[in-house]
Amino acid sequence: MLDQTSSAPTLLKVENLTTQFEIEAKSFFKKPSVLTAVNDVSFELKEGRTLGIVGESGCGKSTLGRSILQLIRAQKGRVVWQGKNLLDLSEEQIRMARRDMQIIFQDPIASLDPRMTVGDIIAEPLTVFEPKLSRSERLQRVQDIMAAVGLVPEMINRYPHEFSGGQAQRIGIARAVITRPKLIVCDEPVSALDVSIQGQVITLLRKLRKEFGLTLIFISHDLSVVRLISDDVLVLYLGRIVEAGDCATVFSAPAHPYTQALFSAAPIPDPKLARQRSRIRLQGDPPSPMNPPPGCPFQPRCWKATDICRTKMPPTELVRAGQSAACYHMDLPAEA
Amino acid sequence: MILNPAKRELLAAELLEAEGLSPEGRSLTKDAMRRLCRNKAAVVSIVVLALLILAAFIGPYLIPHNYEDPDWAAFRAPPSWEDGHYFGTDPNGRDLLARVLYGTRVSLAVAFVATLVSVVIGVLYGAISGYFGGRLDSIMMRFVDIMYALPYILFVILLMVIFGRNVYLLFAAIGALEWLTMARIVRGQTLSLKNREFIEAARASGQKPLKIITKHIIPNLVGPVVIFAALTVPEIIATESFLSYLGFGVQEPLTSLGTLIAEGTDAMESMPWLLVFPAIFLVSLLLSLLFIGDGLRDAFDPKDR
Repeated sequence: MLDQTSSAPTLLKVENLTTQFEIEAKSFFKKPSVLTAVNDVSFELKEGRTLGIVGESGCGKSTLGRSILQLIRAQKGRVVWQGKNLLDLSEEQIRMARRDMQIIFQDPIASLDPRMTVGDIIAEPLTVFEPKLSRSERLQRVQDIMAAVGLVPEMINRYPHEFSGGQAQRIGIARAVITRPKLIVCDEPVSALDVSIQGQVITLLRKLRKEFGLTLIFISHDLSVVRLISDDVLVLYLGRIVEAGDCATVFSAPAHPYTQALFSAAPIPDPKLARQRSRIRLQGDPPSPMNPPPGCPFQPRCWKATDICRTKMPPTELVRAGQSAACYHMDLPAEA
Repeated sequence: MILNPAKRELLAAELLEAEGLSPEGRSLTKDAMRRLCRNKAAVVSIVVLALLILAAFIGPYLIPHNYEDPDWAAFRAPPSWEDGHYFGTDPNGRDLLARVLYGTRVSLAVAFVATLVSVVIGVLYGAISGYFGGRLDSIMMRFVDIMYALPYILFVILLMVIFGRNVYLLFAAIGALEWLTMARIVRGQTLSLKNREFIEAARASGQKPLKIITKHIIPNLVGPVVIFAALTVPEIIATESFLSYLGFGVQEPLTSLGTLIAEGTDAMESMPWLLVFPAIFLVSLLLSLLFIGDGLRDAFDPKDR
C-alpha cells in the first residue's frame, strides 16, 4: 500500500492491528470500559526503508510501535514478521525474535538501568542472544559499537547518571544495534533532546541505517524530524491511519483534512514564510479513545464534515500513486 | 561527533583529566556510601556498633572470668576493680561483664540470622509478586494478609515447641515470620519499578522475566531493602529481649541481653548493676542501629531530605 515502486522485499506486514486496554470500572457495578489505542491499522514495510509515524499526543503512536514489537500484546489483527504472525507466538518465541527487532526510547536516561555500567547495559542483548561469547569478545563488540555511535570507549565503566541526554541516547542506540537487528522502532528518540543534539542523533541514525542496513520505524510528533529521516509516512488520528504514503508526496500535497491541519500547525523557521501561509485552526480536543465518535474519528473537528462522515467510517482510498487517505472529502489531484 | 581515533584518544584523556576522575564510574551505591560518611550521627553509630561487635566476639576471651562458672568467693558482688569483676556478679556468683558480652553476642547473632532470613524471603516473594502481577500477585498478597492476621505470639510458641533446643533455628524461624512487611515494601517498589522504561528496555532486549527480576529489579531495590533491614535488626533484638523476658527465648546458662535485663529487674533494688549494665549495652546497640538505619535512608534517598 505504501510504496509500490520499491522492489525490496517486504520486512514487516501489519494487518488490521488493534490494541485495546481494559480500564477498570470506577464503580463495582459498572463494566470495565475499553480503550482502543490502535484501531485497525494496516501497512507494509519494505526492507531498508524508514517509516515515519506522526500524530498528536495520545493518538496511539507509541502504542502502535510497542504493539508491533509485542511489548504490548495486541488483541486483533496480524503482525507478519519473517513469515510468522507475532500475535500467535508464545512469550518465549517472541523473546527469541527480539534479536532482530529492537527499540529506542524517548527518555534516554530513564531507559538505562541506573545501577548498571554503560558496558553492561550495552552488552545486555549480547548476553541474551550470544551467551557463548567470551568476556573479551563481548568487550570487543561493546567497544566497537560504542565507537560506531560516537561514544568514547573509556566511558565503559561509567554509570548512566554521569551522562548527558544526547550521550545517553547514544548508549540506547548502541544497545539497540549491538545484535545487528533488522528492524528498530524509534519511539520519539529525539524529542527529549535539545535541537542541536537532535540533529546529531538523527545524523547518527541515518549513518547506522546505511552501515547496518536497518529498517526503521520512526515515531515522532515533530514533522520536520520525520521529513528528514523517513521514506514513508503514516498519519495517525485516534488510533486509526488517516493518511499514508511516501514522505515527499504526503508532505507536498496532504489529502486528508487532519493531515493538512497538522502540517499547517508545524512551525516554519522562516518568519516571512510563516506569516504568509494560512493556518488551519482546529476547534476542540481530540475525542476520547474510550468513547470515539460515530463515523470518521476526525468528524467532530473537521470543517468539511457532512452527514455521511457522521455515520460511516470512510474507506481508505488511493489518492495518487504512493499516497492513500481515508476521507470522503479529500483534496484529489487536479487531473483526477 | 564521530572523531578520528587519534583525536578521540586525546579528547578522552583530556575529559578524564578535566574531571579529575579515573575511568571508573561512580556508582549510585558508592555515592550513597559517601553521603553516609558525611552523616555524623551515622558515623559515630557505626563506630559504636563496631566496638560492640568486637567486644561481643573478642571480649569474652580477654577477661579472666567465664560466663557460666560461679566465682565461689564473690556472690552478689558489686562492681569493683580489685577482684576483676568490673560489672559485679549475679546471685550465682557469675561474672556480669562476661555474661553481658556473651549476651550481646547472642542478641546480635540472633538478630542478624532472623534479618537475613526475612530479607531473602521478603525480597524474592515481594519482587516476584509485584513483577508478575495479576492473579499471582493477588494470591500471594492475600496469603501475606492472612499471615498478618494470625497472632504472632502463637506462632512463636509453636516454633518454641519445634525448635526449643536451638536458639538460632528458633530465630531463623522468627525471621521466616518477619518477612511479611518486607514483602509488602518490596512489592510496592517493584510495582513502580516495573513500569520504568529501563525494565521495558530489558524486555525488548530479550531478557527472561526471572533474569529481569534478579538483574534489574532487585539491584534497584537496594536502597529501601538496606534501610528496612537496618531497622529490622533492632526490632528483632527487642523481640528477642521480650521473648527472653517472658521465658521463651534463650535457655540458661546461655544468656542474652533480654534475659539479663529480666533477671536484673527482679533484683533492681538490691543489686542495681544487674539491670544497669545490660540495659546500657542494649540501649546503645539499639540506638546505634537505628541511627545507622536512618543514615542509610538519607544516603540512599537524597531527594527526601
